[in-house]
Amino acid sequence: MSSESTEPVTMLSTPIRLDYDFTAGLSQSKTLAGYAQGKFIGQRCPKCKKVYVPSGGSCPTDGVATDEIVELANTGTVTTYCVVNVPFAGQSIEIPYICAQILLDGANISFMGLIQEIPTDEVRMGLRVEAVWVPEEELTPNLSSVKYFRPTGEPDADYETYKEYL
Amino acid sequence: MSAPKPVVGTRPVAVAAFAQSPSLRRVDQANEVEMLMPVISEVFAKAKMTKDDIDFICSGSTDYLIGGPFSFVMALDAIGVWPPKAESHVEMDAAWALYEAWVQLQEGHIDTALVYGFGKSSLGDLSRVLAMQLDPYTMGPLWPDQISLAALQARALLDRGLSSEVEFAEIAARSRKDALKNPNAQVRNEIPVAELLEEDYLVEPLRRHTVPPISDAAAAIILVAGDRAYDVVDRPAWITGIDHRIETHAFGARDLATSPSTAKAAEVAGVGRGPVDVAELLAPFAPQEVIVRQAIGLGEETTINPSGGPLAANPLMAGGLIRIGEAAARIWDGSSTRAVAHASQGPLLQQNLVCVLEGES
Repeated sequence: MSSESTEPVTMLSTPIRLDYDFTAGLSQSKTLAGYAQGKFIGQRCPKCKKVYVPSGGSCPTDGVATDEIVELANTGTVTTYCVVNVPFAGQSIEIPYICAQILLDGANISFMGLIQEIPTDEVRMGLRVEAVWVPEEELTPNLSSVKYFRPTGEPDADYETYKEYL
Repeated sequence: MSAPKPVVGTRPVAVAAFAQSPSLRRVDQANEVEMLMPVISEVFAKAKMTKDDIDFICSGSTDYLIGGPFSFVMALDAIGVWPPKAESHVEMDAAWALYEAWVQLQEGHIDTALVYGFGKSSLGDLSRVLAMQLDPYTMGPLWPDQISLAALQARALLDRGLSSEVEFAEIAARSRKDALKNPNAQVRNEIPVAELLEEDYLVEPLRRHTVPPISDAAAAIILVAGDRAYDVVDRPAWITGIDHRIETHAFGARDLATSPSTAKAAEVAGVGRGPVDVAELLAPFAPQEVIVRQAIGLGEETTINPSGGPLAANPLMAGGLIRIGEAAARIWDGSSTRAVAHASQGPLLQQNLVCVLEGES
């Protein structure tokens, strides 16, 4: 660098990268192991009896260990959803697609899933859906084992059955 | 019985119950919530309380250890804050969470507080993680590792003739030996000083034994104001003084061989108003103990780190709270009448907290 470079520094780029080993913990490990078997595994609070999927290990309401293992159904209800029309960096699914909160039957907390095999303008709150899993040999201990959810064809769920989960 | 009159603040507040998980090199079965839950249960059991008896909750932790956002919110699941409670968090060692709770208790609207801290230092490359606390323009981008920085501080001490490598080894040997009596400590052994001095340097002048272990652990304390403390413990550990001070983050502007922030905090907390029989110091590197002892003004009459201290177990974000808990435990069991707990935060003793605990004599 020449000694003539006396321009003031106005901007500085300092790349940062940190790597971590994630610890799923005892409870989440059970849910993750369930994905590898094509099953949704939740845990029940011994006090309020709510079923969390996944469970972080503790009931957020009662602060006690959720130690009862519950295998949940493959079916659930769309509680709310959005149609994604906006492209963004790293997008892996062709737009438009539907991202929904799904309340699995038997669970007391919803989680996010992809809805397919239905036109985007026909998705709705209360829509009954079922999980479509990847082929058995492709199952892994994470949510990518669930390809997507698709309509079951059942009548829509009554609003009263999922109004607490919005 | 009555509480000693506080030097700082007006309302007597006591450390009434304390629990900690064993410090381990790696807690790989449990996540943070699962590591914290047994500690919270234990501290409630010791205080004969439930979450319903707690008026305020404050925690200390940092997302940089877990590598994910809002880990303190997740940690609340370990308590179950329903119905909702007044709650706060500091991105600092939980000793500072205790300070915040103590301030709340001084205001007089509440009588009890739960304070907890947790950290799993094992999840990332700790030296890189700790580099993130340096100034982001001139120091951080160099990614200096924490041992090399501590070596600068050790060198400053040696150059000034204020300590020696033998003293560093004596501090480590004493810490590890005392840790044999502490089931929660991690590095517990009895190795002669001469043998420690045969170790190779990690970064000169620091040998392995002068460097704290990497630890995963959680700790919790329940503070109680006024006479209610006697419902929990026969001889409460009253906080008669507490203060914390900070120095610049620019190393070049600091005299690394001294700790004026510790000295100021100790002065305001009233350490010098009476003899100190026990001190629990969070000076993680052995040379730092020399600096902190000098800054607080501790002499031969004070037993330093009977728990083994941070050279035996160094869980970040919980370690300072553990110092307060260990010092309080010495008051409860009658082995101390006036104890000092110290916590440190930031690189090379940048920020320091000093807490004086007293039991009725």
